[in-house]
Parts: sequence; structure tokens; C-alpha cells
Amino acid sequence: MVELEELREIDFTRPRERPPIELLKRAANQVRRDVVTMLAEAGSGHPGGSLSIAEIITALYLAYMRHNPADPEWPERDRFVLSKGHACPALYSILSLCGYFERDALSTLRRLGSILQGHPDSKRCPGVEISSGSLGQGLSTALGMALAAKMDGRTYRVFAMIGDGESEEGQIWECAMAAAHYKANNLIVALDNNELQIDGPIREVVNPHPFPEKWQAFGWRVVGPADGHDFRSIFAALDEALSPDSRPSICIFRTLKGKGVHFMENQVEWHGKAPDKQQLAQALSDLDQQ
Amino acid sequence: MTKDVSETTEKIATRDAYGEVLVELGETHPEIVVLDADLSKSTRTEKFAKRFPDRFFQMGVAEANMMGVAAGLARCGKTAFASSFSIFASGRAWEQVRNTICYSALNVKIVATHGGVSVGADGSSHQCIEDFATMGAIPTLRVICPCDGPETGRAIRAIAEAKGPFYVRLGRAKVPTVTDADAPFELGKGIVLREGGDVVLFACGIAVAGALAAREALAADGLGAAVIDLHTLKPLDEDLVEDWASRTGAAVTAEEHVLRGGLGSAVAMTLGRRCPVPLECVGIDDQFGQSGEPEQLFQYYGLTADHIAEAARRAVARRQ
Repeated sequence: MVELEELREIDFTRPRERPPIELLKRAANQVRRDVVTMLAEAGSGHPGGSLSIAEIITALYLAYMRHNPADPEWPERDRFVLSKGHACPALYSILSLCGYFERDALSTLRRLGSILQGHPDSKRCPGVEISSGSLGQGLSTALGMALAAKMDGRTYRVFAMIGDGESEEGQIWECAMAAAHYKANNLIVALDNNELQIDGPIREVVNPHPFPEKWQAFGWRVVGPADGHDFRSIFAALDEALSPDSRPSICIFRTLKGKGVHFMENQVEWHGKAPDKQQLAQALSDLDQQ
Repeated sequence: MTKDVSETTEKIATRDAYGEVLVELGETHPEIVVLDADLSKSTRTEKFAKRFPDRFFQMGVAEANMMGVAAGLARCGKTAFASSFSIFASGRAWEQVRNTICYSALNVKIVATHGGVSVGADGSSHQCIEDFATMGAIPTLRVICPCDGPETGRAIRAIAEAKGPFYVRLGRAKVPTVTDADAPFELGKGIVLREGGDVVLFACGIAVAGALAAREALAADGLGAAVIDLHTLKPLDEDLVEDWASRTGAAVTAEEHVLRGGLGSAVAMTLGRRCPVPLECVGIDDQFGQSGEPEQLFQYYGLTADHIAEAARRAVARRQ
């Protein structure tokens, strides 16, 4: 468990020392607890791909991004676009932990009138940069934000999280081409490579591999593959992606879909299914031991 | 306020007017950026690109990505004009327009040229005749189709000042100038170009010139036709539609679009609810376009002034 007071001490607006890995681990564990609890309460949603990004999104929000929960529209903020929008329970969790909205709101996920829609809605939810959920579209918006930063001489960075199944969308590669063409070196993409999509393993559905060669060929700096569940590995990857280069960067993170809940790990059927009460208790018990 | 079509010698393509006004707006609005998908010569955004190269984004033949990038720029305070041919802007990128631009309520102005069969020789693949329906169906997206060069300038200026997403359909062909340079323009408010007591002709885009010509033919029959320019298809000026339908008791719509889901459908929905009168709709009846000269195509698909006048006679006959 993570205490909110521990996180409130962090000034997210400034470049900062990394919080201790022990704290980040507990925060990622809290994200996972939130994800399964929210989904069980909502009765639907996407656990697998939310659990697989817990460490990456925790590292970004707590250790790397400059942002301001008290002023979500702060012009200098680093932007985060969850292009794989179905993983929004993890985003909602980290936003609530940072203080963008009350923790109570998590229990309203997917309910009528909630700020926490089934896929991210920037009009409703503070801290959600742009609405997403239709795969392939978020990355293009991130490029637009990166181009705006350059036009305006601003130093913010734009982080986008895409999925490996999502990489089957043609728009991802349209954007890959354009971002390299425009030398959008303030755009950093995190690829959640958990190897599964709705209909099965990505290699069996329509194989999008090999990722490093494809992105290199499109003119990107490719970082990794890194271990998306190990903070030291995540730090090394993000540090490299943020070091000077004329190219946009992509960090390929190897992850485990459903990570942290044993019966969900690497199981295709847990892409888009909520745990029942008993399964929730089991999941939380798993997470208690981590 | 307006000129007779017969007196008009000047013809301007609405896309040409767009190219001009974009550059003018660029001078006074530093927040305006323009994106195009390898059609800047044809959409006329090339003029802006030459004048403001740092604010122009050539996105290549990739309309889906263009719409997303426009959305991201808008999210960071830019007023983003995204242009392509209407078939690609409204068709290829429909879901990007819906889910990324409109759902996020972003300040993106989709200005699409080469609408309708008046594209001509390129044929059906490049003749968008469904965009009023497809774009109009997207919640909150406002849809405009100006009738001539000067009105295009006014429409583009208006949407540059208004917040949120718009879709504007422009044409390839030169069209007669039927409005004055200083005519008023208000988003969502139709314009009474001519008054008349026997029938009202509601039109948008290139069909407005046809309606004005039809009015002259009807006058020879002793029928007085009002001509209303409904440049904003959504939100429709329902009060004006009801007012003129009730004054005349017979109505016609004319548009360069399929009948289902366009101006005719919108007017019919309004009249059905507020003022049921005989209504005849001029448009394309569930067919694809094809190659040909614009005038030939208008004749083939039943979109000429004669077709509009005939529709008016039918509407008047049904009233009597």
C-alpha cells in the first residue's frame, strides 16, 4: 500500500530526483490494486493491459513527467497520451494517486455520468490529456502536441503509450513516418509489448514483429527491449530515450499481460473481463504478497 | 444585397477563395496552423504554406494521421485547419474526426475541397456526395457548405473565430458569385437571397446558383420563388425554414449530395415537425457519380436549374 502523504511530498512540476524504488514498487502495486478493485466494481473493463503498464505509468508520473495535479492545464506540463486507451483504469489510478481528483471517484468507473468513462474522456476527467480508445489514434495526437511544443519554443516532452496489438493499426505507421520526418525528438513512445491481444497471441493474430527493425526503418531511435516491470530497466530506457537525439524515440517494454495477478498473467481471456468478488479477493491476496 | 445570376460575370471556385482568406487570416491570427495531405496545390492551402512555412504541416498521403496531428496541435492552443478532398477528409478519416477531434471538442476546422460531382472528370472515387450525411451525423460537428467565393471567405473567417470543430465543404469548379462582398454572414443563420410568395427554394453550395436561375424560369410561369441560402447545414436554421415554408406553402431543397441524409433530409425533418407542406428534394438518388464535365453530370444526375424549377412546379401542384 502507498500512503497519499508520501506522494504529496513530491513536487511534480520540477525535474526531480527519482523517488526510492521501494516507494515506486508500492505505488505500482497500488495501481494494480485499484485496477482490479475498480473493474470488479464496474463489472467490466480491461484488466490485462492495465496491469501490464503499472510500473511504466508509475515511473512516468512519479519519476519523470513534469506535471501539476493542482493545475492540469499548466502550459509547461509534459503530456501523456494513453493511445491504448482501454488501459485507462491504470491511468485513472495514477492520476488519483497524484491528486488530480478524489480517490473516491475510482468507484464510479464506467457508471453513468462518471468522469471515469470506459475509455479516456478529456472533457470529463482532469489530467486526461486527450480522449482516446480507438486504437492507433492517440499517437498522432501526441505528435501534434510535440509539434506544437517546437513551434512555441516550449520544452515540454510528450509521452505516448501504445500497445503491441495496437501496432497493427496503419495509423501507427503513418504517424511513425511523419514523426521521423518532422524530427519530433520531444516525442517519446512507450510500447507495451505484452504479446497478447483480444483474439490471441499477437504473433498468431497478425504478427506485428519485429518491432525494433520496423521502428528503426521508420527513422526512430529504438531503446530496449527493456523489462517493463523492473524500475531500474525502465529508468535506463527512459533516460536513454530522453538523452539528446534528433529523432523521436520508442522504448520497447517487454511486459506480462495481467502482471501481478497469477490467474490473469499471460491469459488472453483476461484482456477484457472483470473479476468477480471471489476473483477480486484472490487478486488482492496476490498483490498483498508483492 | 445580391446580384442576379444572369448579370454575374465573375466566377470563382470556393477553394480559391479559401486559399486567399487563409493567408489573410494567417497574418492576423498567429495561432492558425494548416495541415494538408499531399493536395495543397488543389485545396489551395499551398498559398498559406508559402507565406507561413513554419505554420504549415505537410502530412503526406495519410489523412488519418493528419486529423490526429491536427487534434494534438489544437489541444495545445492552435487553431488547426486540416484540408484534403472531401472524400478523404470525411470518408477515409471519418472515425478520426469523430473519436479524436469531435469527441475531445478540439478546435480543428476541416475544410474539404472537391465536394460533389462537379469534381468532374476524376470520376466517382473522387466525387464525395455523402459528406453532409456522414459529417452531419457526428455529434456536435457543425457542417457548412458556402455557395460562392465571397461567402466562403466569410464562412472561413467565422469558423476561425468560433471555438470547436467544423466541417466545411468546398468545390473544385468555378461558381458564379451570387452574394456581395459585404453581405452578412452568421453561423447557423440562413440568408434570404430572394423573396417570393409561391414556393421557397432552399439550397446550399453550388445549388444556390441553380436555385436562383430556377427562380427566373419560374417567374416566366408567373410563380414567385423565394431563394434561401442555407450555408449552415448543421445546426440548421429551423426558424427560417419554418417561416418561409409557412409563407409559401410549398418547398424545394437543392444540393449536390445524395438525397438521403443531406439538406433535403434536414429540411424535411424540420418541416415534418414544425410546418408540414409539400416538399420536393433535388439531389442524387442513390447512385455513384462518374466522369464527365460538371454541366453534363448535373444534367445526368438531375441537379440543374431546370430540375429545380420542375421540382418547384411539382411542389406547387401538390399544394393546390
